[in-house]
Amino acid sequence: MLIPHPLLGLRDAQEFTYLGDASLMSRPAPEAGEAAFCDYVFLRDNPAGVHRELWFHEQGDRSWLVVTRDTVTHEILGAELASDYARSSS
Amino acid sequence: MKFSGFKVMQQALTGHRGWAPLWRNPEPKPAYDVVIIGGGGHGLATAYYLASNFGITNVAVLEKGWLGSGNIGRNTTIIRSNYLLPGNQPFYEFSMKLWESQEQDLNFNSMVSQRSIINLFHTDGQRDAYRRRGNAMHLSGAGGEMLSQEALREKLPFLNFDNARFPIKGGLIQSRAGTARHDGVAWGYARAADQRGVDLIQNCEVTGFRIEGGQVTGVETTRGVIGAGKVGVAVAGSSSRVMEIAGMRLPIESHVLQAFVSEGLKPTIPGVITFGAGHFYVSQSDKGGLVFGGDIDGYNSYAQRGNLPVVEDVLEGGMALMPMIGRARLLRAWGGVMDMSMDGSPIIDRTHIDGLYLNGGWCYGGFKATPASGYAFAHLLATDTPHETATAFRLDRFARGYVIDEKGVGAQPNLH
Repeated sequence: MLIPHPLLGLRDAQEFTYLGDASLMSRPAPEAGEAAFCDYVFLRDNPAGVHRELWFHEQGDRSWLVVTRDTVTHEILGAELASDYARSSS
Repeated sequence: MKFSGFKVMQQALTGHRGWAPLWRNPEPKPAYDVVIIGGGGHGLATAYYLASNFGITNVAVLEKGWLGSGNIGRNTTIIRSNYLLPGNQPFYEFSMKLWESQEQDLNFNSMVSQRSIINLFHTDGQRDAYRRRGNAMHLSGAGGEMLSQEALREKLPFLNFDNARFPIKGGLIQSRAGTARHDGVAWGYARAADQRGVDLIQNCEVTGFRIEGGQVTGVETTRGVIGAGKVGVAVAGSSSRVMEIAGMRLPIESHVLQAFVSEGLKPTIPGVITFGAGHFYVSQSDKGGLVFGGDIDGYNSYAQRGNLPVVEDVLEGGMALMPMIGRARLLRAWGGVMDMSMDGSPIIDRTHIDGLYLNGGWCYGGFKATPASGYAFAHLLATDTPHETATAFRLDRFARGYVIDEKGVGAQPNLH
């Protein structure tokens, strides 16, 4: 898989470390309670189809990306810097 | 029809014209006492044990594709009970015991071959960890012995003992472990369940649950509505997709795991060998092919195929462990979709919906568990209490803080 890095162009997915669902960026508020944190840490939507997910460019510029990818076909539909994604989705 | 050596000889002399299909292909009835979703190894084993051990025969197994079309036919056929943690090990040892009597119980040749498994170690720290694991295995009656480097050189002379990075110092062997014919296991359970009255319904995809007042009353399928007193879901790989229809989110990510087989070779590998440090394990099938694999690809996937970097990684592990493998040609590679749970251990439990039960989260270790998983799930469905070896596999263990994390890597499914 080749990930279209917004700054560096197409990069081999092997240069990246995978973390998981991009919803991990929205951590519950500290006072949200145990149940909210349990959901945040352990539960996942795990969709078959389009999935937004966090990839870390560990062997590159060490940026975090939000990659949009189809989990059924492995087709990569887009990638943006996680910082940009956080700004645009907040 | 009862299978026997005599039957095989008799059929050989009469042109093999007397064999009958292994199971019926019935139309679904309007309702069943228990409906099991998923006609793979675990679902079929559940149906068999419900009928044979718990006397519940008004049972249907609903399968979206054909029987055994998922991971029961896509794994590397290893059976073993060499786990560490008390929540896991007695369960896998119970499974090992069921494997030992399976062929007689099912009257089916599932080719269970107790040819041993050896876990290799390379450092003093790993040796101590395996000694501890061996002790845990003895506590459950599973056996297990430490092997010195000399003993290993005798058994497996082809290994690269003097690898610069991972010199082989010894191993932990479980002699009762081995392999079984993976799809034969599905066929054996299917036939035995069918003989006891279970309806195996193929090409029947579940599209919805009928839930009234917090109680499941049936399932909607592509072949109509089927009523059910209880519904058991055994669809590992797709658990999130099926349970989402019932409005549940699970502590599971689906990942793809690849496996490989070489061309047929003369007998060379006596048992199963695992090279954890190099992400590689291998055995040799009865047809002679080397069957091997390594790590999951590491990203969410529902594709039954992986990518080339992991192919390279696995083959490099093989070359590091046994350079002779470089002379063999790769015959096939394939992928299966795993329910990777948040602690690397399975789930066999009730849900918050009465009458709806979940069996899943098997990670890449579901095949060896097939008999005990079926037995324990049948026990839960029949009695509403967990089997004594499966009491730890609760769905709420994450919220309660009782995770069963063999590797100790936390809620990061691609590291389990």
